[in-house]
Amino acid sequence: MQKYRYTIIFVLILSAVSALVLAGMYAGLKEAHQKNELLFKKRSVLRSIEHMLNRPVSKMSDAEVDQLFHEKIRQYVLDAEGNILPEEKLQSLGFVEDPAIRIDRVKESKKPLEEQLFPLYVFEKDGKKYYILEVLGKGLWDLIWAFVALEEDLNTVAGIAFDHAAETPGLGAEIKDNPNFAKQFIGKKIYDQNGNYRSITVRKGGAKDPLFEVDAISGATLTCDGVTEMLYRGIKYYEPFFKKVQSNQIEI
Amino acid sequence: MANTTVQQDTQVKEPIISFGKKERKLLLDPLNDNNPITVQVLGICSALAVTTLLLKAVTMALAVIFVLAFSNLFTSLLRNYIPKEVRMIAQLIIIATLVTVVALALKAWDYPLYKELSVFVGLIITNCIVMGRLEAFALANKPWPSFIDGIGNALGYSIILIMIATVRELFGKGTIMGWKIIGPTSEYLLNTSSLSWLSWYQPNNLMVLFPSAMFVLGVIIWLHRSWNRKLIDVS
Repeated sequence: MQKYRYTIIFVLILSAVSALVLAGMYAGLKEAHQKNELLFKKRSVLRSIEHMLNRPVSKMSDAEVDQLFHEKIRQYVLDAEGNILPEEKLQSLGFVEDPAIRIDRVKESKKPLEEQLFPLYVFEKDGKKYYILEVLGKGLWDLIWAFVALEEDLNTVAGIAFDHAAETPGLGAEIKDNPNFAKQFIGKKIYDQNGNYRSITVRKGGAKDPLFEVDAISGATLTCDGVTEMLYRGIKYYEPFFKKVQSNQIEI
Repeated sequence: MANTTVQQDTQVKEPIISFGKKERKLLLDPLNDNNPITVQVLGICSALAVTTLLLKAVTMALAVIFVLAFSNLFTSLLRNYIPKEVRMIAQLIIIATLVTVVALALKAWDYPLYKELSVFVGLIITNCIVMGRLEAFALANKPWPSFIDGIGNALGYSIILIMIATVRELFGKGTIMGWKIIGPTSEYLLNTSSLSWLSWYQPNNLMVLFPSAMFVLGVIIWLHRSWNRKLIDVS
């Protein structure tokens, strides 16, 4: 035992110093990390309505994004039945500022459906309301997600912004990198004339139905199928909310 | 190991920090004659993983330069105190600490880049070049030469990484650092009749997939050896 005393003490001291350095750094940078996470998400939300803003989101500074978000966008949190959570409930959950932004859909999607929470953003321009939903799905390699802006009729797509964790650059990553992919979605419908839920399909080989389909990216079939699935499932979660707004049970 | 320490200890009053012929050799050798990727063939996995885009490769290179230089420095400072039986564990603690420092700093500094790179930054811990330099050099040499050796080896790694990434991004995506160089514009995705004068080139999808990094690396090793004849006898 005597023989190993020095070794054990050495390892203990080295580990303690390492732990101290990392813990100190983590605590010191925690605020910056949190701010970055929120800003990253805010930019994604704004990207979905980029064509209605004065300038591209990528050109805006962090402060501008914060200000724009604060002035132009209202945030709500919905439960699975489509009800808006009241202020007190949000406070008890610890969401004081930016409640919708703080909803982590990755964590929420692991809970049973009845307990899940859904973020909703409302943007107003020229007297018209736009509802922005968040959807989450799987691409080829990892998660993909999108913010979908719907017009006041809760049927027409006003804009969409995709993002992904690890799709292949030049192929699947084009859902984010190629602005023309997202542009195709503008004006598409998610309900047909009879009010049946259709969602939007990304069609390999070119869109056939001008109202409900868009062109796929060649070479990225699996990512595109993931987008279709994500939109179909993700927008459907908001259906109870749509019904309540349309029957005037909820006033926003 | 004993030899070098004795030698250095006999040179009285040698300044702690100096830059002479020896240091230049330490810095420049790994760039060419003793390149960690093309000659020693280490660190291949990250050369595959982070070379799809040039920006990723450059960030990774900077992170490795920092980690390797400082882990070499700290290991060398502790070289007389590290017990033999736990030296690998001690080295790992030093490397892992530095890598986590890089990851935390990157997360605070450029969050979108951190999101894209996070897994790979963490994987610097398992980069064989880092551990290899600690074992082969830092444990037997003084802090300053070790620091230089770390920077030199990381630069040798970086150069190859950047070469591979340039080829892959240019021919796979048609861009360099995100700037369009060759290939059709983004309009082409939706409308194949929208051509511009650059669009004679069709991006090669193989280039953005992992196997292409192996092909490109193989070609680089071939070119390196046919240019630097000294290397041919080494293997």
